Amino acid sequence: MSTGNRAVKELASQSYQYGWVTPIESDTAPRGLNEDTIRWISAKKNEPEFLLEWRLKAYRHFMTLLQKEQLPEWANVHYPSIDFQDIIYYSAPKTKEKLNSLEEVDPELLKTYEKLGIPLGEQKRLAGVAVDAIFDSVSIATTFKEELAKYGVIFGSFSEAVQNHPELVEKYLGSVVPYTDNFYAALNAAVFSDGSFCYVPKGVRCPFELTTYFRINAQSTGQFERTLIVADEGSYVSYLEGCSAPMRDENQLHAAVVELVTLDNAEIKYSTIQNWYPGDEEGKGGIYNFVTKRGKCAGANSKISWTQVETGAAITWKYPSVILQGDNSVGEFYSVALTKGYQQADTGSKMTHMGKNTRSTIIAKTISAGHGNGTYRGLVKVMPKATNSWNFTQCDSLLLSNSCGAHTTPYVEVRNNSSHLEHEAFTSRVSEEQLFYCNQRGISLEEAHRLIINGFCKEVFKQLPFEFAVEATRLLEANLEGTVG
Amino acid sequence: MLEVIDLHASIGDVPILKGVNLRVNAGEVHAIMGPNGSGKSTLAYVLAGHPSYKATSGRALFEGQNLLAMLPENRARAGLFLSFQHPVEVPGVRFDEFMRAGFNALRKSRGVPEMGVLDFNKHLASKLGIVGMDATFTRRYVNEGFSGGEKKRGEILQMAILDPKLAILDETDSGLDVDALREVAQGINKLRRADNAILLVTHYQRILSYVTPDVVHVLIGGRIVKSGGKEMALEIETEGYDKYEDMAKALRAGA
Ligand SMILES: Nc1ncnc2c1ncn2[C@@H]1O[C@H](COP(=O)(O)OP(=O)(O)OP(=O)(O)O)[C@@H](O)[C@H]1O
Ligand SMILES: [Mg+2]
Repeated sequence: MSTGNRAVKELASQSYQYGWVTPIESDTAPRGLNEDTIRWISAKKNEPEFLLEWRLKAYRHFMTLLQKEQLPEWANVHYPSIDFQDIIYYSAPKTKEKLNSLEEVDPELLKTYEKLGIPLGEQKRLAGVAVDAIFDSVSIATTFKEELAKYGVIFGSFSEAVQNHPELVEKYLGSVVPYTDNFYAALNAAVFSDGSFCYVPKGVRCPFELTTYFRINAQSTGQFERTLIVADEGSYVSYLEGCSAPMRDENQLHAAVVELVTLDNAEIKYSTIQNWYPGDEEGKGGIYNFVTKRGKCAGANSKISWTQVETGAAITWKYPSVILQGDNSVGEFYSVALTKGYQQADTGSKMTHMGKNTRSTIIAKTISAGHGNGTYRGLVKVMPKATNSWNFTQCDSLLLSNSCGAHTTPYVEVRNNSSHLEHEAFTSRVSEEQLFYCNQRGISLEEAHRLIINGFCKEVFKQLPFEFAVEATRLLEANLEGTVG
Repeated sequence: MLEVIDLHASIGDVPILKGVNLRVNAGEVHAIMGPNGSGKSTLAYVLAGHPSYKATSGRALFEGQNLLAMLPENRARAGLFLSFQHPVEVPGVRFDEFMRAGFNALRKSRGVPEMGVLDFNKHLASKLGIVGMDATFTRRYVNEGFSGGEKKRGEILQMAILDPKLAILDETDSGLDVDALREVAQGINKLRRADNAILLVTHYQRILSYVTPDVVHVLIGGRIVKSGGKEMALEIETEGYDKYEDMAKALRAGA
């Protein structure tokens, strides 16, 4: 028997560990999408006029796109068309008017996060990590709030920021991803329910890792959260998001928008560990993860770095990007995307160089197993004024079965001649020689795969904050269990 | 320790080994010499269990166990080690991490508790001197960017860590400069004991002047055509394989 056959046992599919449902009463919007839905959501959240207006404009824009059937089609993913009138656009756990402390959070919810391994309880908080927990559409708890306030760092739910800091929201909302950006960005702007908000003031190095944890619970709901992070001059913040959802037979839509802004000399490090329910072995159910993530290095010498580990969702469609507007600004994208079963992922990055001496790095690792299909899609655009700019792109694919696929579609567009771009791409299988070498040292085939796959991801995992790197490694291993070895 | 009886083996459908007989006892060093393509690495691979090499007939016993029926990792766990002629790169996996994985796999299979990172690193540090290797190497990725000589030192370092009963060294001397060769050969000598054995594949008598063999075998055309004492290696170095090619021809005609 060849090592290949012995190794790649076809998908004994690891079962998804986060597939349960929390029994909780919720406040839900009527099914379907119309102006009344938008007004209902906005009223529910007691929003200022400017926000309702913005939502309505976005809604109208979305409806014209929908009528013209201008759904995004470029992605290399396939799915039945979505009935946008058959979705519940808002669902929130019923709570008392306002929560003053964690003690008032519904114990069912706390239990949910406990079960997910996310510490919200006072004593169990992970040292040095502040957490904002989003359940279905709303933020239910934020830890470390007071400590962060001492540094002037604002961190918490988007809704809260709308109430307490409307001027910041108005100034930056849509400044990086306007509602006209794309189909799902328009939809999100119209119906977004909550999300995280963070503002780091001038010169402050945020003392904690900030984390938002997203959980979809209710049935037939779409999740449309919106995250906005602003790093003022000379500040730094490291931010991480995690996510999971119950196992359901139907597909659920997750269309989030993330906007990052860095002013002069500021830096944002944004990490994602995405573990949405991917659907069952036959490809039934799972989350449609259609996300728009973009950062703007508005200031000189600023830096935005995206790191993502994508293991879940039935379909992922996302291109965390950076607009390098400030001179000498830096954009980075590090990604590991795993597709197995019938998962599809179309992901990559877009770097738009506008300022002088701007630099960007893209390292994308695609792992495909089973019938998984992974695509890297990237665009590096260098504008005429972005002289002496530099990009390095590397996309590597690792194939673990004969029925999976990997595709790379890198585009470049350079409009000056003092810039330098480099591109590398490799597709590999775990080689028989590597496996034998490991075996010869007493290492089992399964362990050998684990070593080799982790080695393949090393450059990306290295970018994650330590405890999340451990988490990412574990998640990847759990997801590959039964697929190889 | 190792007994090979009339072993035939092929790669795909191509027969390479055509009846190898060999017996290595504990405490012995056996050298295998032979021209390029004669099947030396094939023998090493078949004994270690490389999946592309198939034993088609004959037997190989390792301490009485039927070696050919064992998975490669179980052969390693039973105490068989192969120093590769061409050590393999494993990108992104640190050399120390890799050695620890093997070391602990062996321990686990023997019911010994696995060793933690800190203890292992100390253990590893204590072995570096055997091959004159710098600690910085162990933090690099397995064989990636190692020079030819560094790779070979790395193989012997692994031998020192895994402490096998039988080590098959496939051209460990190739690619080493004269000083490195002396250092590595002396390292190998330090690892010799009455209860282990070495099967050393080489083209050159130089390494044998440090690691003195008890028996020298000449392998040609997939057969051992002659076995003798260490002086045979010297003779081959000056006279080449002509004489043995003739013997091989005679053997083929007779077979
Ligand atoms: N994958 C393969 N397919 C077909 N023939 C092969 C393959 N690998 C090796 N061979 C052949 O098997 C024969 C024996 O090879 P082997 O590597 O065992 O030789 P060797 O004695 O170790 O030679 P060297 O001294 O050059 O290392 C050679 O003729 C070689 O070409
Ligand atoms: Mg050879």
